[in-house]
Amino acid sequence: MSIKTAAVTGNEAASYALRQINPDVVAAYPITPQTELVQSFSEYVADGLVDTELITVESEHSAMSACVGAAAAGGRVMTATSANGLALMFEILFIAASNKLPIVMPVVNRALSGPINIHCDHGDTMAARDAGWIQIYSENAQEVYDNLIQAIRIAENMKVRLPVMVMFDGFIISHGIERVDYLDDATVRNFIGTYQPNHPLLDIDKPLTFGPLDLYDYYFEHKRQQAEDIKNSKPIILDVAREFKEISAREYGLFESYHLDDAETAIVVLSSAAGTAKAVVDELRDRGRKVGLLKPRVFRPFPYIEIAQALSHLKAIAILDRSVSFGSFGGPLFTEIRSAMVEFKKIPENFNIIFGLGGRDINEQDITGIYNQLDEVVKSGKVKERVQYLGVRD
Amino acid sequence: MAKLKDLVNKPEILSPGHRLCAGCGASIAVRQILSASDDPVVVACATGCLEVATTIYPYTSWRSPFIHNAFENVAATISGVETMYQSLKKQGKIDKEIKFIAFGGDGGTYDIGLQSLSGALERGHNFVYVCYDNEAYMNTGIQRSSATPRGAWTTTTPVGEVIPGKTQYRKDLTRIIAAHNIPYAAQASIWRWSDLIDKAHKAFYTKGPAFLNVLSLCHRGWRFLLEDTIKISKLAVQTNFWPLYEVENGKYKLNYKPKERLPITEWMKPQGRYKHLLTPENESIVEEIQQEIDNNWERLLVLSGEK
Repeated sequence: MSIKTAAVTGNEAASYALRQINPDVVAAYPITPQTELVQSFSEYVADGLVDTELITVESEHSAMSACVGAAAAGGRVMTATSANGLALMFEILFIAASNKLPIVMPVVNRALSGPINIHCDHGDTMAARDAGWIQIYSENAQEVYDNLIQAIRIAENMKVRLPVMVMFDGFIISHGIERVDYLDDATVRNFIGTYQPNHPLLDIDKPLTFGPLDLYDYYFEHKRQQAEDIKNSKPIILDVAREFKEISAREYGLFESYHLDDAETAIVVLSSAAGTAKAVVDELRDRGRKVGLLKPRVFRPFPYIEIAQALSHLKAIAILDRSVSFGSFGGPLFTEIRSAMVEFKKIPENFNIIFGLGGRDINEQDITGIYNQLDEVVKSGKVKERVQYLGVRD
Repeated sequence: MAKLKDLVNKPEILSPGHRLCAGCGASIAVRQILSASDDPVVVACATGCLEVATTIYPYTSWRSPFIHNAFENVAATISGVETMYQSLKKQGKIDKEIKFIAFGGDGGTYDIGLQSLSGALERGHNFVYVCYDNEAYMNTGIQRSSATPRGAWTTTTPVGEVIPGKTQYRKDLTRIIAAHNIPYAAQASIWRWSDLIDKAHKAFYTKGPAFLNVLSLCHRGWRFLLEDTIKISKLAVQTNFWPLYEVENGKYKLNYKPKERLPITEWMKPQGRYKHLLTPENESIVEEIQQEIDNNWERLLVLSGEK
């Protein structure tokens, strides 16, 4: 095993993973900030470095539709998108999941229109959270690369057989240059293994009907099975992470805890903002404050018991959402975690912060302010405002 | 030319017992077309009558591999299937010869699926696309589409006090498809079965995308007697309402020329959807429709070098 260290953008790291995965078919359509990923992969195709047949479709709707056809046919299939592109795929996301097709899709998180905006927030993938896909959020370019390789194994596991989205923050990660340690091609290919077809459409000797009309006499049972399948992917995700550690020495779980065990207060936040928050935790820890962080990695299936358990000893927590769920109690992460905590007798004081919509920055000062607010909550035993908007002009 | 004796001995891909209506034009079209392939086929189908009536879980009428994805994306879906086949073939993982065919109704082709189809044609996938055109959204209960002819009654172009049915002419899809400069596009009728089967055979054995537009009568939506499907199919051709022609590598060819063009009223008379037009106050509309039919025919004669 050899490791190659590179200074690359998140998009390049994703594209490099795609090259090593070497899918049989990729169907993709360009959209900012994903574009560079597809461009870079097109070069691998043009240079003959992959076996992939690239379908340059005329829309994201057709990208996902072609992925469904290709995956049903019986092979490894990938695509990539962002924001409005994901929204255009919406109808077919559900069909891909219900057909149990192990499509893997990097999604470069970007704010949904309207108004149109090309920068990061999580509104796009949060809107797709109930489509039946496994959803994995990545903090940085290294995690993008690592998660994509693991996603293939998770998606294609015979007990799972579900599509997986791997998310990373638009521009912040997709266009920022970072250090990434790449595994060598042979190690990756050995790790993911060869694709095992499961009832392929192209098996003309065993003709099968995909996508039948399924009415009130069976539809409910099929949805029930689907609910069970995604729930059962949790131990598989952990198994794959354990095996991945053996080849990479990098550790992954359903979520990451950072100085959480002995903390009194903590922030829960996804993706790149967790990186900023870790720097703040370090600084505050140096000053003797007992602060911690929990960064969910897997959002679907949501590890509700595991996360609620990991947070149960805290005095107060702030849950940060980079998306807004209009008309809901709070952001999606907040409502998931708050409802999961009901399982425990003692619930930490908690509040929700909506931040960073449309790419608005969150900085160390902002995060220090949240830890200060958590201290005040602990002191007074009172939460002033349950759902807050950070850094917005009211 | 296809021989009836050979055709009856061929195993059928669409098995009997499906729930399409008796007298449905679509099932006749599908059976004629599928009889034209000498190789195994993978069938894709857009949401519509054909799909819902042949795949009611846990049953299926398809003896070939079959995939339904959604309404507007059958062309994109089959391009995915076909591309995977090409990829696996190139990698030496599959060696069988397989044909790929997509079926969509006029709603799924003229309207909601046009972008997906246009994209797949431009990319040049090796597949056959069949539009089984029954001139309205029949599966949802006879709503107008851009294939519905002018003057026809549908549930969204009702015959009211002020508006007598559909006010617009239909889209000329076959020419739109031919304008993609694909190797083969044709218009066909289930009445001229041997012409349709020949065209389907050509389509299957053309390298690259091929397109067939087949008038597929719907007695429920057009309001005629179910035993008259073929008789009325014939009238569509003999009135020049549905000319039979093909466009092979850009060259137009007329496949049937009626000895004597019947007036369009002969096509309208047996169909309840035109009943309101055959009254003295709507005579001018019928004249306009006749004029449009004749103009289109003249243009086709020029395009095909007959004039």
